[in-house]
Amino acid sequence: MPEATLMSTANLPATRQITYVMALNEALREEMRRDPSVFVMGEDVAIWGNKGGVYGVTQGLYEEFGAERVRDTPISEEGIVGTAVGAAVTGMRPVAEIMYADFMALAMDPLVNQGAKLRYMFGGKARVPVVIRTQEGAGRGIAAQHSQSLEAWFAHIPGIKVCVPSQPADAKGLLKTAIRDDNPVMFLEHKMLYATKGPVPEGEYTIPFGVADVKREGKDVTFIGIHTMVNRGLTAAAKLAAEGISVEVIDPRTLVPFDIETIVNSVKKTGRVVIAHEAYSRGGIAGEIAMQIMENAFDYLDAPIVRVAGRNVPVPYNLRLERAAVPQDEDVINALRNIVPR
Amino acid sequence: MAVKVLPLAKPVMLDMFDRMVTIRFFEERVIDLFREGVIRGSTHTYIGMEADAVGACTALRSDDYITSTHRGHGHCIAKGGDVRLMMAELLGKATGYCKGKGGSMHIADLDVGILGANGIVGGGMGIATGAGLSSKMRGSGQVAVCFFGDGGINQGAFHENANIASIWKLPVIFFCENNQYAMSMSSKRANSVEDLSVRAVSYNMPGVTVDGMDVLAVEAAINQAVERARAGEGPSLIVATTYRFEGHNIGDTQPYRTQEEVDEWRKRDSIERFRQYLIKEGVATAAETEAIEKKVRQRIDEAEQFARESPEPELSSVEEDVYA
Repeated sequence: MPEATLMSTANLPATRQITYVMALNEALREEMRRDPSVFVMGEDVAIWGNKGGVYGVTQGLYEEFGAERVRDTPISEEGIVGTAVGAAVTGMRPVAEIMYADFMALAMDPLVNQGAKLRYMFGGKARVPVVIRTQEGAGRGIAAQHSQSLEAWFAHIPGIKVCVPSQPADAKGLLKTAIRDDNPVMFLEHKMLYATKGPVPEGEYTIPFGVADVKREGKDVTFIGIHTMVNRGLTAAAKLAAEGISVEVIDPRTLVPFDIETIVNSVKKTGRVVIAHEAYSRGGIAGEIAMQIMENAFDYLDAPIVRVAGRNVPVPYNLRLERAAVPQDEDVINALRNIVPR
Repeated sequence: MAVKVLPLAKPVMLDMFDRMVTIRFFEERVIDLFREGVIRGSTHTYIGMEADAVGACTALRSDDYITSTHRGHGHCIAKGGDVRLMMAELLGKATGYCKGKGGSMHIADLDVGILGANGIVGGGMGIATGAGLSSKMRGSGQVAVCFFGDGGINQGAFHENANIASIWKLPVIFFCENNQYAMSMSSKRANSVEDLSVRAVSYNMPGVTVDGMDVLAVEAAINQAVERARAGEGPSLIVATTYRFEGHNIGDTQPYRTQEEVDEWRKRDSIERFRQYLIKEGVATAAETEAIEKKVRQRIDEAEQFARESPEPELSSVEEDVYA
């Protein structure tokens, strides 16, 4: 059966429902079967918990592919990313797991100064097909060093591609594309999405980078969400529909490359934009997205762009404080309600 | 651990001499061109350390890998880099190794295993370890030599990657060129141990210190490490005791060391020492070594001419090669 290229996962038939974790696991398994140069490395990826990965993404891979291709590493984030970059530039396709996005602070040199730049610095001679999988986000009560959303860090650096899937079907198709890409890809998962279920097609498919997905069509306001915010946007859209407000929910899916065209087309229709992410509002990706909308669709805007983002504080431990620090359903609903005139 | 110096064939030794002289003359020309203003940015010359790169790379196959440093011209020449493309890169020309986008600190030639100079001290540690992992997984028999200095050995990247290379028995040679100074910080002030090779004990790998002004001793030490690596026995740490005759960069006023100290080390010049050895052992006559120098001088002249006459990069190239 020829492999499908899925442009949208918005209206899939609900024939097979699997979790975000298992969708990622399928992607890894399929790509490792397909290409012997693909391998997995990281902390506790082989035998922890339910046979691999602290969140179970690599479960069962060690049993199928063995220790050579499913490599438990020491706790050495700089070493993991550095080694993965070195293996990538010499003919392998490593998928390195960094347990928490926060730990990327320990591995920024090999990613930012090495992996991202080798090709350009060398005048186009190097290819660096490495995927760094990690997960971000708040919601588990693990506080300031295990809950950050750092996608803007990576999107800022030329030479890196950045994925932020929100749905199981997107997670699978984008990870397969990431593994086949010849560039460093930061593949950012979200810890609170792992257990979420959604329709995932049978059979192999990929999802191209740089194609935003309209998760729900609407005409009054464009909502752009990252990760959990896509789901909050969908929840809000369903609720606000009853109040006569029609929300278009867009998931960019990849921040680099970024599909501004789909967003501009939506803005032409709605004239209003709300952008939401868990990441700190200051320097967050919403600012970049808003600027691109200004540059490309200013004349179509009927109201200032609104962002709903994390507060500029470290993520606190206490449940009520944690919820106060990152946007909740009510925050998204209020922002959408307030931007639409009545 | 003792290193036995084995005899090398005459053509091999003459080629070593050629490459040492090439490095010296190349760097002397670079200093001239930097002072003239046709090379911009910052340039770190390898003068004084020629025995290290040439000794190490003589022990390698052409498909073996090296990762280099900010002081990388010597490594590149020793591994088989083309001085014309190097000089063109230093002049920022479109014909240079990196199309004028890398400059002195990013010269790479993947075709001969040069995985790049590096502007980050210790930046090559992960790349070399990964290249070793890749070689092992592909079963190619290639080894990776990671060049770094007495400064780089104090980066956390050394610890992480030396440990990873050891537990996975990767074909990596960590080659520390102890040229006594990391910018102004002397190795004695910066390091908890005087003999840096003892750090190998922590990683359960052999640690060897060699006279870095003796090209044959360096070759022998690296050769031994290469054999171990190719046999699947894992990495080694080789420390060469050496010296950079010039400052850290062109323009370094060197308040951290005395002229007497520099003069003392210059008396141990590895090129003169090797020349005397070649003559004494009957490998070459003085006239033959001079003929090599003359040929090298010509090559450097040609490289300079090529670089000067090469075109500037097109402005449109500024956005090329960010992504594959």
